Amino acid sequence: MISLIVNQKTYSVDADPNMPLLWVIRDIIGLTGTKYGCGVAQCGACVVHMNGDAVRSCVTKVSRAEGKEIVTIEGLSANNDHPAQLAWQEIDVPQCGYCHSGQLMSAAVLLRDNPNPTDEDIDIAMSGNICRCGTYLRIRKAIHLAAEIQKKKTPANS
Amino acid sequence: MQQLSRRKFIRNVGGTGIALWMGISVRGNVIISSSVAASGNFTPFILVESDGAITIFNTKPEMGQGTFQSIPAIIAEEFEVSLDQVTIKNTNGEKPFGNRQRAGGSSSIRTNYTDLRKVGASAKEVFIQSAAAKWQVDISSCYAENGKVIHRPTNRTYGYGDLVADASRLELPKEPKLKDPKDFKIIGKMARRPDVPLKTNGSAQFGIDVQVPGMLYATVARSPVIGGTLKSFDAAEAMKIPGVVKVVEVERIMGRYHSVGVAVIANSYWTAMKARKALKIEWDNKGYGDFNTVAYEKHLHELAQEEGLIDKNIGSVDSLKLPPENIVEAFYETPMVAHHTLEPMNCVAQVRGDQVEIWTSTQVPSTITGNGDNDVHKYIGFQPDNIKLHSTFIGGGLGRRLNVDYVIEAVGIAKQVSQPVKVLWSREDTTELGPYRPMTFSKLQGGFSAAGELVSFQHKVISPSFQEAMNPAFDINKVDGTMVEGIGEQAYEIPNLKTSYVRAEFHVPVAAWRSVTSSTLAFCHEGFMDELAYKAKKDPMDFRLGLLSRPSDLKRVLLKMKEFSKWDEPLPKNRGRGVAQWEFFAGLCVHVVEITVRPDHSIKVDKVFAVIDLGEVVNPDNVKNQVEGAIVMALGAAVKPGITLKDGKCMQHNFYDNPLIRIQEVPEIEVLILAEGGKVKGVGEPGLPAFAPALANAIFAATGTRIRKMPFDLKQV
Repeated sequence: MISLIVNQKTYSVDADPNMPLLWVIRDIIGLTGTKYGCGVAQCGACVVHMNGDAVRSCVTKVSRAEGKEIVTIEGLSANNDHPAQLAWQEIDVPQCGYCHSGQLMSAAVLLRDNPNPTDEDIDIAMSGNICRCGTYLRIRKAIHLAAEIQKKKTPANS
Repeated sequence: MQQLSRRKFIRNVGGTGIALWMGISVRGNVIISSSVAASGNFTPFILVESDGAITIFNTKPEMGQGTFQSIPAIIAEEFEVSLDQVTIKNTNGEKPFGNRQRAGGSSSIRTNYTDLRKVGASAKEVFIQSAAAKWQVDISSCYAENGKVIHRPTNRTYGYGDLVADASRLELPKEPKLKDPKDFKIIGKMARRPDVPLKTNGSAQFGIDVQVPGMLYATVARSPVIGGTLKSFDAAEAMKIPGVVKVVEVERIMGRYHSVGVAVIANSYWTAMKARKALKIEWDNKGYGDFNTVAYEKHLHELAQEEGLIDKNIGSVDSLKLPPENIVEAFYETPMVAHHTLEPMNCVAQVRGDQVEIWTSTQVPSTITGNGDNDVHKYIGFQPDNIKLHSTFIGGGLGRRLNVDYVIEAVGIAKQVSQPVKVLWSREDTTELGPYRPMTFSKLQGGFSAAGELVSFQHKVISPSFQEAMNPAFDINKVDGTMVEGIGEQAYEIPNLKTSYVRAEFHVPVAAWRSVTSSTLAFCHEGFMDELAYKAKKDPMDFRLGLLSRPSDLKRVLLKMKEFSKWDEPLPKNRGRGVAQWEFFAGLCVHVVEITVRPDHSIKVDKVFAVIDLGEVVNPDNVKNQVEGAIVMALGAAVKPGITLKDGKCMQHNFYDNPLIRIQEVPEIEVLILAEGGKVKGVGEPGLPAFAPALANAIFAATGTRIRKMPFDLKQV
């Protein structure tokens, strides 16, 4: 049994320690917002937060996640209102939507670490996330908007 | 598309269908069907319940193109309800919703726009009639707004729900009065898409996300040599892995392509994948073990010498005697490419006796349920009435999910166990096994008169055939119209035009890829147009306009683009711009691309202008999103490696060796939508074909290097 903390809830899962965290989250815990896209850390559809870092859950063994704080897209905010989520909705970023759980999880880490990202900062932080529909220009725009929303939400930091 | 007469429709659908069609109340509800819509198009429906709840059914699966909003929006506009008031439900291939529950060919709006309006308008009229009768007032004194009928002189109101019983007894008017477009509240306005919030918190359900109690997982080992099939297998080691339930044979069927693989069924996908590696399999390569695309492409070059099958022959191309110095010839090449929908193929199936239940992401729900002009249900192996489908949001369609090979295969596995099974393709599976967009090669010739006018144009396409691949009964002595898509129908006025097709035998599964063959032919055709402009010593924009003396959509759009892109403003020395257009079944879009040549001679794509001609537009912001995405996809196909085969196997495996465009590679994009009435044109595909030739033409303008082969490397042109 492996003990996992996902979105502040503790789960005890019976899984092969080598099983990627992605499949534990999706198929055992049942949180399907985190997506499978490539299985080899190329596309970013599976990005989750582990102790605050953006990690590719498709190549993270579940044993490595034991005892760590995992946050998935379902736990990014309580009401779909993280600044990045609000910005994504405002700009109608997604098309098919499949990659955007991972896009948002990468964007959330960027926005936390860099409250005023430039286009170049965004490109560097988001270059690991593929969007086959090609919504990249909107992703960039939405991250700038999210930075603005974030400032309004936390005036002390601005 | 097969056209059904109304009579035939009644006969086909039987009792339930008649009830729906007549608008008869079902359990206190009224279901308004599109009896006014064109025959063969009994698709969109409104459901009004007596408590006032309104549901609009969307028959066009949502794959990112926006139909989850745009289809209901058109109905809601005329029905006088706001989108906030209605529940939108995707249909699942059910019989009463007809045989066009499918999304492809950029057709959802362009082929249904007026019919959908009539659906909403006719429904509105019966509610107004019902209210007027209840009040015993004249119909003309009543109007509808926000799901209510209002009696103008007294301000009395009835909600639609209050009128359900009465409205359900009325016959729907066949030619309802449509709104004046200037009164539109929804159509043509920017509105946020209702599926977006579901896509920002992980709650949108894609096929891969379906979970059914007791569900098992399966992965399939398929012949790595494309065209090969199973000879024998030994599952002894695989069965020793804890969690493995069963190992079975299963057939993949796609058109004429049949191949047997080995499915591992286990209690998790991870376990199934582990066990798949432990299988010992002998494959029968069926003679395809030596196949390689280098030799095949050489063969295509040779085939270019053949006369081929004539598609169009206007004027007298063959008898023109033009001096050799007035003739320009070129040969263009394009690669195979993979669809790479980010959601890999997957399907959940459960078989119970003679019934099957299917959960999947598909572009073709009514094909899967056998409710269309196809025989897919025969391959699935169940009577149409016994196939129950749950159609989910689609994590990318791009044409890949017009095919149901992965569904047939999943049902084939589910038949062999009693539990429901989720079959998932790995990224490697989706990359290595096709279907692919086929390569097309083009032989082009243009001829000028002594006066310097373009008088002759020939375009010969050499390629595998889609229709032959899809349909074993296709007559290969006929031109596969899909493979010469658009090339004989451009608006240019050239007195002598000949288009032709040389079919090349190909055993690899091929399929439509966003904008189908226009995705390659536009590159060849419009690149060559630029060569002709150069030969004529004319500006590429003016050269094209010079071939358009008569009014046409293309002429109008090109002129608009000339202004929009500031075409006539000179660019600095190290920069260049190119133009290309493409008009085909899906629509019309013109691109201008601006590039910079860096000091190291690599190319930077600076900016793309796109003018898309639509006739009518439902959600302009969504159209822009679609065109931006089409440009990104076109850029990827133009500059990233395609799919190649060696020793019968695909040489690419995943995104590390078959890369897609990433955020830092995307140019600035400016989209202009023309919605000036006239023919309604499509959105999803037209933004793609003209991008690559516009880019290649821009590179020529800046460097003098003519690019005749995709993909090309922007680092070293």
